[in-house]
Amino acid sequence: MVTVEHNPALFKEGDVVRVDEKFPIGHYRVPMYLRGKTVTIVKNLGRHINPELEAFGKNAGDETWYYQVRILQKLLWPDYTGEDCDSLEIEVFEPWLKSIKENEHE
Amino acid sequence: MSKNHHHDHAHDHTPIIIQEKPGYYEILEISVRELLIEKGLIGADEVRKQIELLDSRSPALGSKLVVKAWLEPEFRSRLLSNGNAAAEEMGITIYDNTEFTVLEDTEKLHYVIVCTLCSCYPRPILGLPPDWYKSKEYRSRTVREPRAVLAEFGTLIPDDVEVLVQDSTASQRYMVLPLRPSGTESFSEEELEALVTRDTMIGVSIPKINQN
Repeated sequence: MVTVEHNPALFKEGDVVRVDEKFPIGHYRVPMYLRGKTVTIVKNLGRHINPELEAFGKNAGDETWYYQVRILQKLLWPDYTGEDCDSLEIEVFEPWLKSIKENEHE
Repeated sequence: MSKNHHHDHAHDHTPIIIQEKPGYYEILEISVRELLIEKGLIGADEVRKQIELLDSRSPALGSKLVVKAWLEPEFRSRLLSNGNAAAEEMGITIYDNTEFTVLEDTEKLHYVIVCTLCSCYPRPILGLPPDWYKSKEYRSRTVREPRAVLAEFGTLIPDDVEVLVQDSTASQRYMVLPLRPSGTESFSEEELEALVTRDTMIGVSIPKINQN
């Protein structure tokens, strides 16, 4: 019954990836401020039920790789007023992440 | 309120009047809940029990975990590597299928937690979140200008300490393991727990001696 979308995980710790810039209608778990940004994978958090599908009742087996990613605040906000060392971490599901190379070849 | 209203109890208080009509989502929740109960899928007592469980949790549980981690390095390692197991070891059940993740502050790193999309919060450990945590102002500004938000909470982080905003989006629930303040070497567990307030575990404050 378990549908495996990507197995094994597409990304590993240290990979630099881009958060997709898409605007689906419905329940999504990627804040607007992160879309289109380049982030670094900090940790693979394992496979979790994808809440974007679960919100529509698909909660049996729709598990997806899930990562902790990091970005420097000054890259997130060009006019960031804090310190250069400040950063942000957030969890993102794999379908939202694209390898940089893949994007460059498109 | 009618003029011949009688109180059975002795003290005076202003009358408790609910003037606002229930909103759209409140009506939706009541309708769905009543339907679920009517169809026998859940019981009214189960709903009540869950509310009772939610209300039984408070930041005191988090303070206990923090102080135990300060005092016992081995527990600290277990808490950082598997929050759920460490909490359950202390008799705190994680009832909501989330992963309790503890983030450790250091001399060079200060964490602050926010949920920009809604109100993800480690409820099994800290109880219900404060109203400000759910406000749009806190949720939008903490990711945008964390140092300014922290300053408004009276928390000034030195320039050479990294401020790391942890945005919580789905399965993880975060709590900060703050630094133990110096000068607390002779403190008892209870005295230490009193320093570890709710806000220090969200990261908008840091434990301080004589905070009153």
